[in-house]
Amino acid sequence: MLAWTIYISFIGVAVLILLPAENKKAARAVALFSALAGLAVAFAGVFQYKLGSGIADITNTPWIPSLSIHYHLAADGISLTLVLLTGIAAVVGILFSWNIETRVKEFFAFYLALIGGVYGVFLSFDLFLLFVFYELAIIPKYFLIAIWGSTNREYGAMKLALYSFVGSAMVLVGLIAAYVLAGAHTFDLVELAKFSFPKAMQFWMFPFVFVGFAILAGLWPFHTWAPTGHVAAPTAASMLLAGVVMKLGAYGSLRVAMTLFPDGLAAWRGVIAALAVVGIVYGAMVALVQKDFKFVIGYSSVSHMGFVLLGLMTLTSIGLNGAVLQMFSHGIIAGLLFAVVGRMVYDRTHTRELSELQGMNLSKAIPFAAFTFVIGGLASMGLPGFSGFVAELQVLIGAWRAFPALAILAGIGIVVGVAYIIRTIQKSFFSGMQLSVAPTSHPLETISVPERIGAAILMATTLLIGLYPTLLMKLIQSGFDSPLMARLLKGGTP
Amino acid sequence: MNYFDLLILVVPETLIVVTAFVALIVDLAEMRSRPIKTRMFTAAMITSVGCMVSLYWLSQTGQPSRYFDGMLVIDPLTQLLKQIVLVMTIFTALISIESKFTDHVGEYFFLILLATVGMMFLVSSENLLMIFVALELLSLSLYILTAFNKQNIKSAEAALKYFLFGGMSAAFMLFGLSLVYGLSGEINLIQIAGNLHKPPMDPLLIVALVMVMIGFGFKIAAVPFHLWAPDAYQGAPTPSAAFIASGSKVASFFILAKVMMVGFLGQEGSGAWRSFSQGWLPLIAIIAAASILLGNLAAIAQTSVRRLLAYSAIAQAGYILIGLLANNQQGIESLVFYTTTYALTVLGAFGVVNIVQERSGEEKFSAFAGLAKRAPLLSFCMMIFMLSLAGIPPLAGFFGKFYLFASAVGAGKSLGLLWLVIFAIAMSAVSLYYYLQVLKQIYVSAAPADAPAVQSTILTRTIIALLAFSVLLLGCVPNLLLDRIIIPAVKAVVSHP
Repeated sequence: MLAWTIYISFIGVAVLILLPAENKKAARAVALFSALAGLAVAFAGVFQYKLGSGIADITNTPWIPSLSIHYHLAADGISLTLVLLTGIAAVVGILFSWNIETRVKEFFAFYLALIGGVYGVFLSFDLFLLFVFYELAIIPKYFLIAIWGSTNREYGAMKLALYSFVGSAMVLVGLIAAYVLAGAHTFDLVELAKFSFPKAMQFWMFPFVFVGFAILAGLWPFHTWAPTGHVAAPTAASMLLAGVVMKLGAYGSLRVAMTLFPDGLAAWRGVIAALAVVGIVYGAMVALVQKDFKFVIGYSSVSHMGFVLLGLMTLTSIGLNGAVLQMFSHGIIAGLLFAVVGRMVYDRTHTRELSELQGMNLSKAIPFAAFTFVIGGLASMGLPGFSGFVAELQVLIGAWRAFPALAILAGIGIVVGVAYIIRTIQKSFFSGMQLSVAPTSHPLETISVPERIGAAILMATTLLIGLYPTLLMKLIQSGFDSPLMARLLKGGTP
Repeated sequence: MNYFDLLILVVPETLIVVTAFVALIVDLAEMRSRPIKTRMFTAAMITSVGCMVSLYWLSQTGQPSRYFDGMLVIDPLTQLLKQIVLVMTIFTALISIESKFTDHVGEYFFLILLATVGMMFLVSSENLLMIFVALELLSLSLYILTAFNKQNIKSAEAALKYFLFGGMSAAFMLFGLSLVYGLSGEINLIQIAGNLHKPPMDPLLIVALVMVMIGFGFKIAAVPFHLWAPDAYQGAPTPSAAFIASGSKVASFFILAKVMMVGFLGQEGSGAWRSFSQGWLPLIAIIAAASILLGNLAAIAQTSVRRLLAYSAIAQAGYILIGLLANNQQGIESLVFYTTTYALTVLGAFGVVNIVQERSGEEKFSAFAGLAKRAPLLSFCMMIFMLSLAGIPPLAGFFGKFYLFASAVGAGKSLGLLWLVIFAIAMSAVSLYYYLQVLKQIYVSAAPADAPAVQSTILTRTIIALLAFSVLLLGCVPNLLLDRIIIPAVKAVVSHP
């Protein structure tokens, strides 16, 4: 049943390709309908899933028998959480691209192809299949940014595509080696994970696969695609990039690299945790000095994704749970912030320079945007009551047990995070009040209904998870109960 | 055996020769006064029908057997290769319809069919003499096909370059083959392998091996014997270039694999990391690595789509050689699968280039600007072809590469070829850059205001769409070709050598 999230998206792509180009309304409707249907299926899948049932098979049929590759879709608590996130992000992204007027049907076709690929990655338990979906998602990203993007779009798009492709090339090397070493008779993740690869091989295979995936998660120092890509992308694409594509990387690192190569993980754990913390602090510091509104959010994504990677490296129950929750939470919050910057502010003022925005008194001109950004900002800086708080707190507790020194450094990252958010809120929206500047001469277009609905969905989600985290925590925790994932906990310090 | 039996055995080839004459005569006798388009169409149809009849005959496979000291080998694998070659010829003929570079229509198709006969004999031979003769028949036809556009000086230049390089490399090859004959006293591949001394290799044999490799390296456009390729791909009439890049590649790779794996059985040596030992494996490993490196890097700098395809072909030759390096059954399967899908992809890409070039007069990147608006279907097909060449799933190029690499890594002990596979995968990440440059022109750049409309006939569009569809289909369901067709054929040959 959950497999329909993938199929619906690709059916949507096919329908969009066949639509006449002039019919923009129909294109939007098809896209929104596909995304909503996907979200509905995702919800149904979550409700149908019995907690504690481990990895529930959806379908498992031979695909390429001569290489024993199977079309194996399944779901556990972790994938369900991320499928849910994808569903929400897809719907909201479409609401925020309602104003796209050029090449509408192509835009949504690429958009849905990307969504379909992302669903596929989260649901695949055959590594070949997972890799197919993972690479499938690269090309739509390129076109979404190169065609509909803004600043430096062709450069940003190419950089993102090449970084992703290099990452997936590294993953491919590791996967082929693992497949051959294990006797070349299965690509099934669960089966492969049972095989214990020689230690010497794991020592280099783990970094290959882990870093290959983590490039997409914005692991420092391979993060440089993220700010440029996010800034160049159109609003919906940056929401998806930060919201779900970066999670693809983190998910792959967790699901594939960490489960297949436990000895490699043990050897490289400290290094990667340190890189993650560098990412947290560095991302926050750089965000603090940006002049471009969108770059602030771009670098903040690098910083927050650092928490995901740090949480993964703790190998404690609380840290891993926190990491997955952080994936969800950051997907929602980053989506919200990018929506404000890209759609609500940039599409109206046509500038993202903080210094120019200062003079516009935006809190008066578009109060809803200011309100949304304040909520998003508070959630992003980790205020209790929002999902970010629950997630980052758990990661920090986990990190404190595993790497106390790094936990303290990561704490610094949080403090800097508060600083850049406050600075940005103040510069972008509220400085006009002090300067008592009149609102810009030509009034800005008011915030439209789709934007309000989209923002409301995201704000409600982060608030809901923040106030009642158990909703998701049970699901995530059950993901770490299956034998495949439970092995991770044995590697950590108690 | 009398001549009638022999005729029965070579009915497929004979049919093609007959078709060639029919195409020639019909055009000369009946069509001279008609418009070129009609003549092209008629000749292409005659060619296709002839090839299809031959295809049908081939599908009724006779008993596997060898005749005349390996000059003619009939087994499921050679029959399969002939069928693949014929399919490529049919597609080449069909995408030619849009062109009007010559009024010697009959001769043009005559040469294409003659080259096809050369390929068919080439793949079904295990005899050095026959291999050389068939290879020359193929090459000579291709030289003329390259020079066929007499209005274009580039065409003449390309053909001259191609011919001079080809003649030179043929001489090397012949010399190498004569050394092999001298060392083994045989011209049949199987017996050669039996008569050659076991390693360590005779120094003379090393010389022979290198010289043979020069000859084949030229045919498959591998570094450092690739210099003719960019000019030939650019200067030759588009259908000729497509033909050189597709059918001829399939046949050449197959016979190279056969000569190495059968003729030099026991002289493999090793190309594994830090344990190189002399033989043909390290030789090919070096050529493969050099081709992948140079092809991919040089392609980045190109601004002409056809030159880009040429350099990409050089890189692809390197990938295909990795399948040969696996030197096992899987390696052959992956080699046949990849060359076939690659040939389909390149034919499609040249089909699109052909149409654009016919309408706008050039094939620089700028001629493709904004093609997505002007010809949505062709653009979409071009996207599929380019992404398949780059190895993006779920297209055939991805699975083909994956299979090549997996079989090479799995060959031998302790992942010896992993170094080359890592290198190839890393360089294929580079290749995405230049393939995306083409797609960027098509989808991202705006068309200039005076850009000519890109019309094409329904037939051509259908052919190109069919090629794109098959690339997509073979990527999604590779076992249609692999498990059903290639693997049984290879197994049948390997189990009854």
